[in-house]
Amino acid sequence: MSAYLGKYTDELIKTAKYIATPGKGILAADESTGTIGKRLASINVENVEANRQALRELLFTAPGALPCISGVILFEETLYQKTASGKPFVEVLQEGGVVPGIKVDKGTVDLAGTNGETTTQGHDGLAARCQQYYKAGARFAKWRAVLKIGPTEPSELAIQQNAHGLARYAIICQENGLVPIVEPEVLTDGPHDIKKCAEVTERVIAACYKALNDHHVLLEGTLLKPNMVTPGSDGPKVSPEVIAEYTVTALQRTVPVAVPGIVFLSGGQSEEEATKNLNAMNKLNTIKPWTLSFSFGRALQQSTLKTWAGKKENVGAAQKAFLVRCKANSEATLGKYGGDAGVGLATESLHVKDYKY
Amino acid sequence: MAASVLKAGVSFGSSQWMSGSKSIEVQKPGKPQRASFSIRASAAYADELVQTAKTVASPGRGILAVDESNATCGKRLASIGLENNETNRQAYRQLLLTTPGLGQYISGAILFEETLYQSTTDGKKFVDAMREGNIMPGIKVDKGLVPLPGSNNESWCQGLDGLASRSAEYYKQGARFAKWRTVVSIPNGPSELAVKEAAWGLARYAAISQDNGLVPIVEPEILLDGDHSIDRSLEVAEKVWAEVFFYLAQNNVLFEGILLKPSMVTPGAEHKERASPQQVAEYTLKMLKRRVPPAVPGIMFLSGGQSEVEATLNLNAMNQSPNPWHVSFSYARALQNTCLKTWKGLPENVEAAQVALIKRARANSLAQLGKYSAENESDDAKAGMFVKGYTY
Repeated sequence: MSAYLGKYTDELIKTAKYIATPGKGILAADESTGTIGKRLASINVENVEANRQALRELLFTAPGALPCISGVILFEETLYQKTASGKPFVEVLQEGGVVPGIKVDKGTVDLAGTNGETTTQGHDGLAARCQQYYKAGARFAKWRAVLKIGPTEPSELAIQQNAHGLARYAIICQENGLVPIVEPEVLTDGPHDIKKCAEVTERVIAACYKALNDHHVLLEGTLLKPNMVTPGSDGPKVSPEVIAEYTVTALQRTVPVAVPGIVFLSGGQSEEEATKNLNAMNKLNTIKPWTLSFSFGRALQQSTLKTWAGKKENVGAAQKAFLVRCKANSEATLGKYGGDAGVGLATESLHVKDYKY
Repeated sequence: MAASVLKAGVSFGSSQWMSGSKSIEVQKPGKPQRASFSIRASAAYADELVQTAKTVASPGRGILAVDESNATCGKRLASIGLENNETNRQAYRQLLLTTPGLGQYISGAILFEETLYQSTTDGKKFVDAMREGNIMPGIKVDKGLVPLPGSNNESWCQGLDGLASRSAEYYKQGARFAKWRTVVSIPNGPSELAVKEAAWGLARYAAISQDNGLVPIVEPEILLDGDHSIDRSLEVAEKVWAEVFFYLAQNNVLFEGILLKPSMVTPGAEHKERASPQQVAEYTLKMLKRRVPPAVPGIMFLSGGQSEVEATLNLNAMNQSPNPWHVSFSYARALQNTCLKTWKGLPENVEAAQVALIKRARANSLAQLGKYSAENESDDAKAGMFVKGYTY
């Protein structure tokens, strides 16, 4: 068999294509309980289920926002939560034309014999979990592999381990009806320049597709979630146009045409930076056979979170802030962003050194 | 890899060993010496390679393959009753390469080494005549197939030894692209070994070519021989191209400066069902979309035993909607067959033979644009050219 051909083939292809609709993108709201705790702590809100539910309800019911969104990645807890008035989140999303997705990895662990490099866990029992998530309404999944740039990193071991981990996760998802988002994040930490990031990103993504092909993954039923190609956090800054050029070149060299969409992670970029870079990519006059869109967590939620500050009376304003970012990014996927949303909180860098997700 | 493992300054030169003044530095565990990353093999010639590849992959044009080895050319000449000597080979290639107006449909021609250094009967170098006709000279650089030990009676392609200096010489003579043909056999497996060797050899050749200014055409021919289905062909093609691109990337080949020469995805020659052009197009495009990064500018299909018309119809079917890469042809038999038969080695037939060549070139040009129709094609052009167990 050349690629996965089973009972979910048609649905996988359809879902992946839909998520990659130009003008739409993904809201990554899959922060683990620990991570969302950090977010809530930053606005002095207690990390209890009610507050986690309140934040996600704020996002999912923001007027006008869902049309900009094709999918939302959820954490397991959220997949089973409801609105305050008792409507399952999954239904809210589905009615809004948004595909529910689910984070399925179980975090990273160190690779012995390397200099702090990691691999991602989560394969055990994954098939059964995917089946349950499918029953609960999820139709896509996400698994985050992490690589870093250093004098001798990423090592061949780290690249191969993470690539094969992603491939194994991907085929298990497809066998159980979920479109796998393949996420090989190359961290921005470091003093390196954009050329170095480009070399590493190309090498990593090439290894990923080799592994996906070896594992018979149906590329038409997947999405890629890469980092943009940027200078290191301590490296010399460049304009969005330069980032766009290096990023799209890297993808042209590594991503087969069969992949319907590429949904970028924002890493530690500010909301505005991420949008501007995405916009510049979509304005580039070059071959782009896949949709170039977003799968942003912090870069969609940051201002919203700060505006909400945990207070009911701020919900309206917070939802408005959220809509501003959604609209901006939706326009950016069409190369039509006018730069008018770049004020205040939106320009704050979100980079955290050695960020643990 | 080897270069990075040996530290600079370590040498096996006799003086250093003799004097004992330097010993090999042992790599301490936990302190890898390997330089982090890649310099593209093509650095010096990058711009020219990209430009050459783009020119060969220009709309409405494709490649004329005339790189038959002397032995193979001999078979062609024998089929029209001609002796296999240099004069006849030169006459035949002159007929082809100086066909007026050929450059409108042909962007490049692959030559055999002998031909690269030959001239027309008027004393003009073939490479100059081609340039004037807007046809880029290319050169076959592989040294043929030999049995692969430890495999299931499969082959591997030789030619890496001295390839760098040969490529540099060819570049000096005027060649701007190269070609290396290896084969994969479905009836024989293919074995993992054979596929890896094919892919690795191509990747090494590609890096060396780029390093010396030649755009490498990457050709892993999956032979038509066999009774396998089109699904099996697809499976093997996807495996082969995954390996090829993986090793190309590992060898730091610049993808914007290569061209591919794949087999179309078809059933085996002895399979009970034939495939329509639409089916061939569907399967072939599926394979390309799953394996070929959009940075590659051109995909120039080999004809591999298809009839002239079949090859053209299949190419046409593949170009019915826009593709992210230039999808075109690199045909030998499928361009030359009728022309050769028309010539019969007689000077008085040269013009008619050239007309026949232009006819096929034009047909394939139209196919590249998705505008070809098979009406008015002769029976000759439709005749299959598959030869079982064909050796090139």
